[in-house]
Parts: sequence; C-alpha cells; structure tokens
Amino acid sequence: MALPLSYSLRNLWTRKLTTLLTAGGMALVVFVFAAVLMLEAGLNHTLVDTGNVENVIAIRKGAGAEIQSGILRPAAGLIESQPQVETGPDGAPLSSKETVVLISLQKRSDDKPSNVTARGVGMLAFNLRPQIRIAAGRVFRPGSHELVVGKSIASKFQGAGLGEVIHFAGGNWNVVGIIDSDGSGFDSEIWGDAEQLMPAFRRQSVFSSMVVKLADPSTFDAFKHAIESDPRLTVEVKRERQFYADQSEAMATFIRVLGMTLTAIFSIGAIIGAMITMYSAVANRTGEIGTLRALGFRRSAVMGAFLVESLLQALVGGIIGLFMASFMQLVTVSTMNFQSFAELAFGFTMTPGIIIKTLLFSLLMGLIGGFMPAARAAGMNIVTALRSV
Amino acid sequence: MSDGNGAAPPLVRLHDITKSYKRGAQIVPVLSGISFDIGAGEFLALMGPSGSGKSTLLNLIAGIDQPDSGELLVDGVNIGALSEVELADWRAGNVGFIFQFYNLMPVLTAFENVELPLLLASLSRAERRDHVEAVLELVGLQDRAEHYPNELSGGQQQRVAIARALVSDPNLIVADEPTGDLDRESAEDILKLMQTLNRELHKTIILVTHDARAAAHAHAIMHLEKGELSAREEVTGH
Ligand SMILES: Nc1ncnc2c1ncn2[C@@H]1O[C@H](COP(=O)(O)OP(=O)(O)O)[C@@H](O)[C@H]1O
Ligand SMILES: [Mg+2]
Repeated sequence: MALPLSYSLRNLWTRKLTTLLTAGGMALVVFVFAAVLMLEAGLNHTLVDTGNVENVIAIRKGAGAEIQSGILRPAAGLIESQPQVETGPDGAPLSSKETVVLISLQKRSDDKPSNVTARGVGMLAFNLRPQIRIAAGRVFRPGSHELVVGKSIASKFQGAGLGEVIHFAGGNWNVVGIIDSDGSGFDSEIWGDAEQLMPAFRRQSVFSSMVVKLADPSTFDAFKHAIESDPRLTVEVKRERQFYADQSEAMATFIRVLGMTLTAIFSIGAIIGAMITMYSAVANRTGEIGTLRALGFRRSAVMGAFLVESLLQALVGGIIGLFMASFMQLVTVSTMNFQSFAELAFGFTMTPGIIIKTLLFSLLMGLIGGFMPAARAAGMNIVTALRSV
Repeated sequence: MSDGNGAAPPLVRLHDITKSYKRGAQIVPVLSGISFDIGAGEFLALMGPSGSGKSTLLNLIAGIDQPDSGELLVDGVNIGALSEVELADWRAGNVGFIFQFYNLMPVLTAFENVELPLLLASLSRAERRDHVEAVLELVGLQDRAEHYPNELSGGQQQRVAIARALVSDPNLIVADEPTGDLDRESAEDILKLMQTLNRELHKTIILVTHDARAAAHAHAIMHLEKGELSAREEVTGH
C-alpha cells in the first residue's frame, strides 16, 4: 500500500539543487559528528591499545599517573616474584621495572618547549610490548647513553631524529632508533635504559611503575588481591588496558562533550533546513497529494512517501559528510594529555561502528526535519488539495 | 439505444443530499436536497455554470468528499457510512478519476503513472505489467509507455490518465471537465474514447462539463443550477 521508492527518489533528483544544498547543510553537521567520534576512537586506539591484555601495571596506591608514582626496589622484587607472573626460559619473571620522567624538548616548528615522556626500561620491556617495532636504526645498548624515540616525537622535536643528540639531565643522549607502535601512546615516548636514566635523574632507588605479564590473564584477581593485601606493599595494580583507558578518560570526555555540544547546536540548523525544504516540497506537490489520495492511497502512504524522501535526502547528507570526514584519517593531532602532562599524538580513526552511528544520526535528522511536513501532507483534505492544481 | 439501460438497477443512488462550505463565519450552501439515480452502464453529463456545484456533486459520488446530510449509495454501498480508510480502499477498487489537468505524477513515466492504482491491489509485478500494457494499448499509447508526462501532448496525457482510471477495472468513472484544457480535436478524441469505454467496457461514466458539445457525447444530460438539479434530458442519436 506504499508508494514506490522511486517516487521519492526521483522527486529528490528532480529538485537536485535544493536536495544538494539541504543535504550539504546536513553533511557539515555529520562531518563534525563523525570527526568527534573518530577523534575519540583515535584517542582510544592510542591509549587503550597501548595496553596489552596479559599485562598488569603496578603503581603506588593513589597515584593517578606513572609520573606521580614510586615503587621501591624491594617492593618491585616482591611483585615480580608472585606465582601468577610468567617466567621466561631462564626462569626469570617477565617484568619491566620502569621509571618515567618528563623532559622538556623544543618543538621543531616554533622552538616552543613541551613536555615529553621519557621512560627508562629494562630490555624485557620490548617483550612485554610486542606491538613495538624498531622502524629505523636499532635498540639502545644497555649501559649506554642511547635512546630510542617514538615516531611522533622524532619528527616533531629538536634533536629527537635518528642520529641526533638530545641534551637533558646534564648529559648528551644519542638517538639510535625510532620506534613504531602502530599509533599507540609509545609513539609519543622516548625510551632508554632505566639503569642509566635513573641515576641521571637522581632517583636510583625508586621506580615509577612496573609491568608484569601474567601467565594466565584470568588469574588477575588473585594477583591483585595478593599484592594489594600485602602489608609490606602500598601498591595498586591494574590491567594495563584499564590503566591506559583511565588515563584517556578526561580527554575523551572533553572531546565528547565539546563535540556533541557543537553537533547539537549545528544539527538544529540542519534540521530546520530540512524542514523548510520538505515543507516547500509538500506545498509544491499539493495537487499530487490530492490525486494520490483520490486514487486510494491512504494518508499513511503519503506520510511515508514524504518521510522516505526526507530520510533519503538526509542519507545523501550523511554519506557526503562521512566521505569528507574520512579524509580526517590523514590528520594527526598532537596535544598535551592533561592527565599525564605529556605530549600525546593521536589520529582520527574511522570504524564500522562510527559509519553506522553517523548514518543513523543523519537519518534521525531527516526523520525529525521531515516529520511535520510529512504530517501536513498526510493531513490534507483531498478536495482542497485537488483544487490547488 | 436511447434508454437501453433503464431496466438495470441504479449504480449510484443519491437521496436528499445537502452540502455546504464554510467560508470564514459564512456558510455557503452548494447542494440543497439532491436526489437522483444513475443506472449501471450509463453515460451521464452534468452541466451547469461555473460555481454551480458540479465538482462538489461529483466529488461526493466519487467518495472524496462527504455530504452534510442525505444518503449516498454506490453499487449498494452506503459510502457515507465508511471510515476514511475504508473509503480510500473503496475508491481504489471502485472509482476511476479523470481530471481537467490530467494530474499525472511528473516524476513517473506513463507506464508508472498507469501502474499506480495497481500498487493498491495485490497483484504480482508481471500481472501489473500485463494490465498496464493492455490499457495503454486501449488508449493507443503502447509506444509511449516510457515517456514522462512533460514529453507528451495534453491529449496524450489525458489518455494516460484515462488508462490510469481504467486499469483497476472500476465500474464507475468520474471525469471533471476532462476536455477543459484541450483543443477541439484532442477533446473530440478523448470524448470518443470515453464513449468506447462506456459502450464496449460497460463503464458507468459521469462527465462534468460546461461545454454542450462535450455533453452531447453522453446518453443523458442533467443541469445543476443554484444547488438544484433539473430533470434529465436524453440525448438523441445514441
Ligand atoms: N473547499 C471549498 N471551500 C469553500 N468553498 C468551496 C469549496 N469547494 C467549493 N466551494 C464553493 O462551492 C461552490 C461550488 O463549487 P464547485 O463544485 O467547484 O463548482 P463547479 O465545479 O460547478 O464550478 C463554489 O461557490 C465554490 O466556491
Ligand atoms: Mg468544477
């Protein structure tokens, strides 16, 4: 009992310019909407994917971030000797005791200083983070003043490129390798030997955090209980993924609130635009509406045809907006993560979920914008409508 | 066959129909106590000056408007008692419409325009195609099926509209000034076509016109003036 889809489609095609202008307005909103979701997904990808499922991170109880945390050597020894911790072929626990400090580097672009995370690690750190590969050069030699630098840092900061020298803590450090962790937070870090970095920063006896790999991730709760109930330890443990998700929460919330506020405001304009277009479509086709009703099409069929027209128009806007937003994948944002106070680079990530959400969002705008005009079309008196021919 | 349908039971029966319109606070009476029958298979012309209520009367019979009072039976159905949705379904199966300005959907081809009423019936795509092709051939436009209305002359558009009115095979066809927008020659073609529908397909036709030459194609003529209907006059020569 419905009108054919082609009726709505061809009417959109007949008024190409109006359709395109209306859909274009919606596309701009959709672009903002999709870009926000993509940014959030990018941030999530960067921070959450920094963590590994099997890994557990230990920090001082109450320390929100590694930079505020401290774990003494004896405590570190106790943690890695827990039975849940995986051991290597040599019987040594798979753990990395790490020290995290912020160093100030100058940007290549404008000489402005910015904080960069420097992480002192043991050589097992690379085994614990299999996503990290050496993109250029080689790994630092233990016992030397050598560094590897995340790819986002290498290009952005003075002295951070391969073969260059960084000055900090009263010494010169040679950059011997570039690490690529596929967009995770490690791409925004500088790594060196913990036993070299710690004395340089005069904190020989205290690590910032430590990461261990569990032999079986399901034993996490037992491990956590053992550590957190041990009176000798003032340490809390988190799954590494959870830890990084918590790190990104404030920024993700900020992006989401800002983006959704913008989207909400813009979408009112786009919906009003769609409404005006649909009202004029209804007014222009009053005679057609009367004719269709006379032929026996019900009010609901007329309502449906105009709603479908509005939805299709919005879908055009949604697709254009998504297409524009997909180019944002080429853009990388580098900004200060206000939870760790360090520079963090992340990109816009398109996911199937975002495509679906964005198209649904555009359809929702079409539905809201088209509802009242479609209701007006459906509510027309047949005789009055026919007299308008 | 001047009155060959006199013995058939009436297809349309109007009894004491009144209709008025509100214009602001003012009530404009249009029809005051109209009663008459139209036999099945008749071809009746309804004449009268502009504004006399011809379209109003036709719209009531076709079930797109409701009388203020009185009884209106079409093919035994009291259409005044039907709900709006029932009335829509009833129109789809029982009435074919022909309008002065053809009222085709500009975005649909001739074929698709004719197919529209069939979308309201439960027919397969192939059945619909057969029906549409048959009526397009009947009106002589089988080779114009893929044309859009703006690619057709007025006369051709009206023939597409006639095909659309016929395609669901209704008993009753109502035509409101169907030749009002056509030149003499095309008008004559359309009226001849309507005569054929009446004579060969036994469609009951009500033709509203203020053109005496057009009315002369019908079996009988009734005049509407100041809300009252004159006695019917038979047309000789049929
Ligand atoms: N929907 C309406 N609202 C108000 N007045 C109407 C409406 N429809 C018709 N009329 C009035 O009713 C009278 C008869 O109209 P109509 O049936 O269209 O006449 P005709 O078809 O004979 O020219 C006219 O005076 C017209 O102005
Ligand atoms: Mg009229």
